[in-house]
Amino acid sequence: MMIFRTMRKVWATDPRVDPNPLVYTILTVGAILYPVWAQISTGGQGDFLISVLADAGVYILLAIGLNVVVGFAGLLDLGYAAFFAIGAYTYAFLASDHMVVTPLGEAIHLPFWIVLFIGLFVAAAFGLLLGAPTLRLRGDYLAIVTLGFGEIVPRVFKNLSVWTSGVNGISALDKPVLPLWLQGPWSGDSLEVVQNFKIISPMAFYVIMVLLLGICVVLVNNLRKSRVGRAWMAVREDEVAAAAMGVNTVRIKLLAFAIGAAFSGFAGSFYGAKLSLVSPENFGFTVSITILVMIVLGGMGNIPGVIIGSLLIYWVTFLFLPALPPLANEWATKIGLGGLVPPNGDWPGIGEEMHRLQFLIFGIILVLTMLLRPQGLIPSRVRQQELTRGVTEDQTIEDVNAETTA
Amino acid sequence: MTVAPSQPAPQMAPASQDFILKIEHVTKRFGGLVAVDDVSFDVKRGEVFALIGPNGAGKTTLFNSITGIFPPSDGRVVFNGRDIAGAKPHQAAALGIARTFQNIRLFEYMSALDNVRVGQHCRTNSKLWDSLFKTPRERQEERTITDRAMELLTFVGIQAHAENYARNLAYGQQRRLEIARALATRPQLLLLDEPAAGFTPQEKVELMRLVDKILAEGITVFLIEHDMKVVMGISRNIAVLDHGELIALGSPEVIRKDQRVIEAYLGKGA
Repeated sequence: MMIFRTMRKVWATDPRVDPNPLVYTILTVGAILYPVWAQISTGGQGDFLISVLADAGVYILLAIGLNVVVGFAGLLDLGYAAFFAIGAYTYAFLASDHMVVTPLGEAIHLPFWIVLFIGLFVAAAFGLLLGAPTLRLRGDYLAIVTLGFGEIVPRVFKNLSVWTSGVNGISALDKPVLPLWLQGPWSGDSLEVVQNFKIISPMAFYVIMVLLLGICVVLVNNLRKSRVGRAWMAVREDEVAAAAMGVNTVRIKLLAFAIGAAFSGFAGSFYGAKLSLVSPENFGFTVSITILVMIVLGGMGNIPGVIIGSLLIYWVTFLFLPALPPLANEWATKIGLGGLVPPNGDWPGIGEEMHRLQFLIFGIILVLTMLLRPQGLIPSRVRQQELTRGVTEDQTIEDVNAETTA
Repeated sequence: MTVAPSQPAPQMAPASQDFILKIEHVTKRFGGLVAVDDVSFDVKRGEVFALIGPNGAGKTTLFNSITGIFPPSDGRVVFNGRDIAGAKPHQAAALGIARTFQNIRLFEYMSALDNVRVGQHCRTNSKLWDSLFKTPRERQEERTITDRAMELLTFVGIQAHAENYARNLAYGQQRRLEIARALATRPQLLLLDEPAAGFTPQEKVELMRLVDKILAEGITVFLIEHDMKVVMGISRNIAVLDHGELIALGSPEVIRKDQRVIEAYLGKGA
């Protein structure tokens, strides 16, 4: 335990220093420099890397939304991916040829920009629908109900195959087109730069994602510091006292739920457009939990923390773990353990072994991070106080024990 | 400074009306247990009214019935001439009834200032849209909220701790912060649940001064208290509960001599 104590001390940030401005600056500069770095480091073949970060952006959006529900209002939502699915399917219904094969018989092709917001409102409506009867429940009970909702929604999409093509999902969704006003007079014959410009390059998605994220971060920060944000925190701290101070707790919780769902629906529409494919398999329980892990690990309630947490978890689950087997082979050879690489009897080879162990490794990474940094990577001031207090108490007890045994 | 409503709170009754709160045959049952049994009394506008009684007499339950936390099983709670039995807690607050809690219930991990800001929730009306886009209206309202929160912290004397988390304040400061938070809702009637519990004699004197200041703002104070010095010192009228029943009602002089009250507190034969 000595190691943990030392590491925690090394890692503990000075509570008087607010790391958020620095983190925001690093994130902004990073977002601008990343595509340049991606292209240069791969000699112009960096599209894949840019695309990956745009996908990570979808998760950041989801995490920011779930943070409103869990981090601000203190409502544990375990079925958050359901709203993500609803947003994605909304895009699939409203922006593809799919409706031809449904009882409707006619394709709907609404523009990306409009469907983004339809997705947002549809998901928010479902958030209200789920929240209205269930938000009277507290803590654990609410978590179980949302868990159920998260299981039901993908199954509905899976089994309502007349409308959703079931397990096959819906493919060939429309690619976003620049809004009409951007195809203005300059897109005449001589200057046909953006005529019918379709957003298919990863770079375009990346730019849109970064802009959307920027806007969302500003809006959520505004909310956090507003009358509504304070009411959420009051409900999180003490619901009875909040009600006695005039906060309509049911309504304010419903609002948090709807806003969280709206983010998820928004992210879902974007995800559908980028992937050009939706399938019920993409919205399982693992997705809900992954997003929850992102915000807890990053620092619940603190937006820069949530962003960093999302990036880190996205990198670990989608890039680091899949890349681990070949990496393990390479390292084993380098340090002179090349004998471990080929399969041998019961030994499947180090690469295959790493492949089998990837969830164990993921678990170990999570446990270690939470042990070393229980308040999250970049905690909100609140969580920091809450937990450093606990740590100092631990330390005094350990110190006393150490003294008495010495 | 003024703590009283600068704009009249809704349902402001005519000044001629004598009673701000009338408890009429209020009963509260929890299953087979009768916590409050057919209790009736009136609280005059502008007075300090005290509710006393041994532990478990049903005092806090009555407070909870008035503020909508547990609606009464029977009877009427008439506030400003209107029956509010069964109103939700946030509705009671909006009508002008504020309260503190016996076991301090602050928003622990919010600053003292934010605690008082939350208290103004029901007197402000920025919409979601205003908050999202920080409209000029919202900025203006936020400034007013902050100014008023600072005024209230100054009023109870803890302005130096505005930025501290509520849980890091000293015990006495927490009690004061709860009062400031309750005053932020612009109440006409303030319910204090054992405000002097755990106070030193010096703090009790300061509390009594604070109650006088609140009264001077035109707010009626209705308190539960065990400390007889405080109760006898500041209240105009006293109601005594024992086992959920009202056993005595009247001025401090009357209550002091009441045989049933003495028995309830000291046991029979005293």
